[in-house]
Amino acid sequence: MKSVQRIQALVMRHLYVYVRSVPRLMDVFFWPVMDILILGFLSVYLNSINTGGGLNFLALLLGGSILWQIVDRSQNAISTYFLEDVWYRNFINIFITPLTWTEFFVAGAILSIIRVVIVAIILTVISLLLYHFSIFYFGSALPIYFINLFLFGFVLAVFISAIIIRFGSSAQVLAFGMAILVQPVSAVYYPVSALPIVFQYIAKAIPVSYVFEAMRKVTNGGVLSTSDWLIPLGLNLFYLIIVSFFFVAMVKKIKIMGKLLKIQD
Amino acid sequence: MTLPTKRFSIETTALVKEFGTFRAVDGLDLKIEEGKIVGLLGPNGAGKTTTIQMLLDIITPTSGSIKIFGKELHAHKQEILSQVNFSSPYVALPSNLTVFENLVTFARLYGVKNPKQKVKEVATFFKVDHLLSRMTASLSTGQGTRVNLAKAFINDPMLLLLDEPTASLDPDIRDQTLKMLKQIQKERGVSILYTSHDMNEIEILCDHVIFINKGKIREEGTPDELIKKFGHKDLNEVFISIAREE
Repeated sequence: MKSVQRIQALVMRHLYVYVRSVPRLMDVFFWPVMDILILGFLSVYLNSINTGGGLNFLALLLGGSILWQIVDRSQNAISTYFLEDVWYRNFINIFITPLTWTEFFVAGAILSIIRVVIVAIILTVISLLLYHFSIFYFGSALPIYFINLFLFGFVLAVFISAIIIRFGSSAQVLAFGMAILVQPVSAVYYPVSALPIVFQYIAKAIPVSYVFEAMRKVTNGGVLSTSDWLIPLGLNLFYLIIVSFFFVAMVKKIKIMGKLLKIQD
Repeated sequence: MTLPTKRFSIETTALVKEFGTFRAVDGLDLKIEEGKIVGLLGPNGAGKTTTIQMLLDIITPTSGSIKIFGKELHAHKQEILSQVNFSSPYVALPSNLTVFENLVTFARLYGVKNPKQKVKEVATFFKVDHLLSRMTASLSTGQGTRVNLAKAFINDPMLLLLDEPTASLDPDIRDQTLKMLKQIQKERGVSILYTSHDMNEIEILCDHVIFINKGKIREEGTPDELIKKFGHKDLNEVFISIAREE
């Protein structure tokens, strides 16, 4: 029960800020909206010159962009949530309470889901109004996509948090660039086969590349197979275990080095 | 007839912390009696902050043991931390929250029953109830210190670690703060480990004083005992004598 209260404390603490801060709200919506405006109009244009038909650019580009936002926004939300207490020099106050790291990240995940769902609703409405494209085009596979994309964003965020714990706030640039770093090998807008062979191997180790491959399969009239969601789920869970151990190891290391307080500097 | 056994809030045994080749804390055997205000004093770099951070499990000791309320800190961390709190002017509360939002967040983090009621209670005691709706960023230094102290008492701690809590306060606010701390100690029997470079306030506030230097306990006793022992007129001179010892 106290664990629930502690998670509630952190969720509320961050919601207080979001509700009040226009720049924070802008940060949540601005980039995703810009992305779908650009890719949406590009898709409309490509569809108009694709007179032979055969390719649905709206589904491939706009759909890809909306789904990618789930990775990008979930990672960004959890990383920002982590950094908030570093920026405000509140980190130590938080971690001398009975709060556990698990509770801390569960609260981050809840906040992230709230943010991602709100962004997804707004993007869905915009894409419906401007391009007559609905994300529900992907049908019953959508929840499976969502879980895998969100999990991967979460894994990236825990990894970034571990790096910030170890190397301090100077490593925070990762919080805003990590998702972009893996995007080229995530096969968001093109198939894995379009990548050079070395990158294809890397892409196969990236869980979300399977999700985007599956999205293209469904778009082209194919049917989702068990492996389309089981492989990325397995990879995500594997990486989640790895980054959790990595995070715990970094916390142990920094406590031995006596520099936990210094991450605020 | 047997004498009553002393109970200790903090008990460290042969506590050592090394950073590479530098030994910041060197075999510290620290005992803080329950219900007492104890001053942990020493020059800069003596090992005070490292010791406090080890007591809060922010730093892992190289060797030795830490018992709080008679229990090993590492093995009973959650249970112990729920009864401990800390305040330092060098650790801030988020300035983008109101005072109420900050206090209620910490009340929930410590698992306080009826958090909103508790916030009103501590805010009234520390005379910050009129500031509850203010943004923390807009507080003066004195107001901020009292809010920090209100946060430190939000979970009715049995042990409080205060690292220079009155630094940068004007004499009037400092006097009020010291009186509040003394009152709380009497009313609730809370143990307080207190660091400060102001020997005058240590004399006023502390029941017991521990001087450390180079990570080791150099002297301890009541302020009066130490002044008599060194033959000085006040604790400030005692501090200087100890700090200049080789």
